[in-house]
Amino acid sequence: MELIQFTPRRIIARLSAGIDGALLMIAVALVALGLATLYSASYDLPARVTGQAMNLLVAFGLMWLMAQIPPQTLMRFAVPAYAAGLLLLIAVALFGDVVNGARRWLHVGVTRFQPAEVMKIAMPLMLAWWFHRHEASLRAREFFVAGVMLVVPVVLIARQPDLGTAVLVAAAGFYVIFFAGLSWKVLLGVGAATLAGLAPLWGLLHDYQRRRILTLLDPTQDPLGAGYHIIQSTIAVGSGGIGGKGWLKGTQTHLEFIPEKHTDFILAVFSEEFGLVGNALLLGLYILLIARGLMIAANAPTSFARLLAASITLTFFTYAFVNMGMVTGILPVVGVPLPFISYGGTALATLFVGIGILMSIHKHRKLVQT
Amino acid sequence: MRLAELKNHQRELYHFQLRIGIAAIAVSVAFALLAARFVYLQVIQYDFYHTKAEDNRISVVPIAPNRGLILDRNGVVLARNYSAYTLEIMPGKVADPERTVNELADVIEIQAKDRTRFRKLMQELRNAESIPIRTRLSDEEVARFAAQRYRFPGVEIKARLFRQYPKGELASHVIGYIGRINQAEKEKLDEEGLAANYRGTDFIGKTGIEASYQQELHGAAGVEQVEIDAAGRGIRTLSRTSPQSGNNLTLTLDIKLQEVAEAAFGDRRGALVAIDPTTGGVLALVSKPGFDPNLFVDGIDAASWEALNSSPDRPLNNRALTGQYPPGSTFKPFMALAALELGKRSASYTISDPGFFSLPGVSHRWRDWKAGGHGAVDMHRSIVISCDTYYYGLGNELGIDNIHGFISRFGFGAKTGIDIDGEKSGLLPSQDWKMKRYRQKWFAGDTISVAIGQGYNLATPVQLAYATAILAANGAGYHPHLVARVENARTGEMRSLESSPERGASFNPAHVALVKSAMVDVTRPGGTAARAGAGAPYTFAGKTGTAQVIAMRQGEKYDEKRVAERHRDHALFIAFAPAESPKIALAVLVENGGHGSSVAAPLARAVLDYYLLGTQPESASRPADADDEEEEAD
Repeated sequence: MELIQFTPRRIIARLSAGIDGALLMIAVALVALGLATLYSASYDLPARVTGQAMNLLVAFGLMWLMAQIPPQTLMRFAVPAYAAGLLLLIAVALFGDVVNGARRWLHVGVTRFQPAEVMKIAMPLMLAWWFHRHEASLRAREFFVAGVMLVVPVVLIARQPDLGTAVLVAAAGFYVIFFAGLSWKVLLGVGAATLAGLAPLWGLLHDYQRRRILTLLDPTQDPLGAGYHIIQSTIAVGSGGIGGKGWLKGTQTHLEFIPEKHTDFILAVFSEEFGLVGNALLLGLYILLIARGLMIAANAPTSFARLLAASITLTFFTYAFVNMGMVTGILPVVGVPLPFISYGGTALATLFVGIGILMSIHKHRKLVQT
Repeated sequence: MRLAELKNHQRELYHFQLRIGIAAIAVSVAFALLAARFVYLQVIQYDFYHTKAEDNRISVVPIAPNRGLILDRNGVVLARNYSAYTLEIMPGKVADPERTVNELADVIEIQAKDRTRFRKLMQELRNAESIPIRTRLSDEEVARFAAQRYRFPGVEIKARLFRQYPKGELASHVIGYIGRINQAEKEKLDEEGLAANYRGTDFIGKTGIEASYQQELHGAAGVEQVEIDAAGRGIRTLSRTSPQSGNNLTLTLDIKLQEVAEAAFGDRRGALVAIDPTTGGVLALVSKPGFDPNLFVDGIDAASWEALNSSPDRPLNNRALTGQYPPGSTFKPFMALAALELGKRSASYTISDPGFFSLPGVSHRWRDWKAGGHGAVDMHRSIVISCDTYYYGLGNELGIDNIHGFISRFGFGAKTGIDIDGEKSGLLPSQDWKMKRYRQKWFAGDTISVAIGQGYNLATPVQLAYATAILAANGAGYHPHLVARVENARTGEMRSLESSPERGASFNPAHVALVKSAMVDVTRPGGTAARAGAGAPYTFAGKTGTAQVIAMRQGEKYDEKRVAERHRDHALFIAFAPAESPKIALAVLVENGGHGSSVAAPLARAVLDYYLLGTQPESASRPADADDEEEEAD
């Protein structure tokens, strides 16, 4: 009897073990806004909402799982995960399926998945492990090797081509290197060299990527072609005004003016219906999320945990900033989803794995090093 | 060692946390940038984007009104509308129209002439919303395109009304035709403030009734506010104001009479105008050759246009209104009335015609058409046998300004005011005119040839018919007009356009009776048109005329057979009947027809016979049958 009486509480206790209440609340708030917006955007595709709910269940499961794994254990997965990710990327380059002109997908049995997603976690994991291992003797050589480990998969992903994921993976890796203490001189030097290298890089870009960049500079050049997305999404955002048009009342959205309205451009739907007030709320939630993540990083006990937590947190920032920037027309359209809001199982899973890792790092902050 | 390690660790942690701080600042700056962007878009630029969003959402679609019908006096339809599907490309929504056309050609037959027209329209109508690539699609073609429609954004099937002229060439110069509104017409509509009423309308009357009654026929455009999606598809109608159909026009024209007249011309060039002298209503107005106005309806193709334009017969030229010819001897009855009214001649005044006239002190001899002359000629006989010498002397005595003053009462030298555009004013010379035109004094000799309708004298066929009608109505002048009534297509309300006479009968009835009786004798044995008048069961008043095309040198003899066809004289004939109470007055001109008596007078007889008796002349029966067939086909 006693056992039975206490069982639910124990189950809850067991389930909530390692779950950070603050992070969970922020994530749940974001996801709730996301579902509401998706519901409005999916008046023509109601299955999207239930689909996203299923994705969420899986994502929460992954989060919970990751929260249970101590950082030390996670460290052991760094090299295999990175190696596997790299191999898969090479496999995609050789045998991948082409969808919409991009070779991103790999057939695994009955399902397909995008190996590039793996790199979003594997990259910071690998680099954090690398710097943790060479903690005592960090010299230029270590940073150079880290740079190579960063560039190779990023180039493979960019060549698929998947500019959005390449940006995110590169950012995740870069944040680790930055927080590992890359000297400002090198940072500035690499920055300058990158700028100088942009000209030849231009030649490597695909036509559609170049067009995206050119129409970003002046979307009105091609109002019915490449600039269409940006023009229509800025109209949607701007017409939302301060208070928004109200939930389910966005005309741009409901009259099919917004392309990719479930995924990359869902912010246009959100902004149109909830206005400046909604956007302030959204920015506030992201700031809370990032602040919480950076706090966890600052208090993390090991180099590995610090670097990983900081990188994951800033990757959330990168997601949010790049997506919001592109929907409002200040950044190129590179295909980055709005974190926790956009429809899509893979992105959601990756994000919640990140949240889970942060929770785990937070939980194990007191563990003594060595 | 351990302390150093710890110290090292502390320093490292410090550096890390410093960088966390830097990252936090970077994040804050980035989010501040986004926040600023949101404020810019949603607060500062709100009005702009709000309007943009509304523009996106609501499209104001003009609805073109149905063009009014054109009917003849008995209600026979001369111009009507039919609905047909067109395939149209919206240039603003298609990146490369040429490529789209090529792709469309896989689905629907597109001929070279369709492409040519499309290219031409693309150039002419730069601001057009949509431009047709194919017209009159069959149901099968519509279905085939509908199945492939997703491949062609910016290409649509539209139901459009097209103009149709069921009688084809018949009365083509009267009815005219419509065509696409060109840039000049567009600007004119803008100036007149009519642009809004023409939104959605692609066609406008170009010539004939279609042009001169454009405003009546057009109607009022309707408007529909439609909520659309980004693909331009209408979702629902928010509001709608129905268009008002244009008014229907009932002409004074009798299309059967017109048909008889046109058939009587055969392949000859020329013009005929028949007027009801009691109203001024035009019963028939022929200009041969004509053209098929249906060719113009959806843009005439280059080959047909070239053929019409370069033909030496100038089929697009409305000879009845714009052809200016010397009236020749048809001028004589008016001169005779002038002499009577002005007291220069009495009925019994008789001359002895030696076959020529000469002025004192001038070596030139004005010859009569009949060598050796007609002998004793009084006024009656001067008309019946068309004596030139009688009028040479009369003209000389009247003087040009008296002639000008009196004859202008018949409408010579001025536009008749007929209700279609392009009319020429002809020429009735005077001393003033010659001074202004040539800076030359009028010579007495100039008057001599004017007196027989030659010299500077020029008249259009419609002027000649108008003058004949005035004579027939004893001086009462009703402006010639083609439209009798305007019918409001919605209310059925009729508005009559029949005018009151410009002036009432104003000549001395005895004088008019004298001239008329002479004209009746023209068509009787002994008259110049005796053959054409033979057996007419009504009193048939007429006057033959011949207008010189090339000047004859002194003493040269005119030989019809030796002169090239196009240099032959024009044949003229004016007539009205029944003479005692005229119901119809007409003028006929046959270009290069030779003598009025042999060519023009029989043509007039055919028209009078049909109008007064209802009998179809032999030569006209065949086209009439063809018309019946056409009606059955409808």
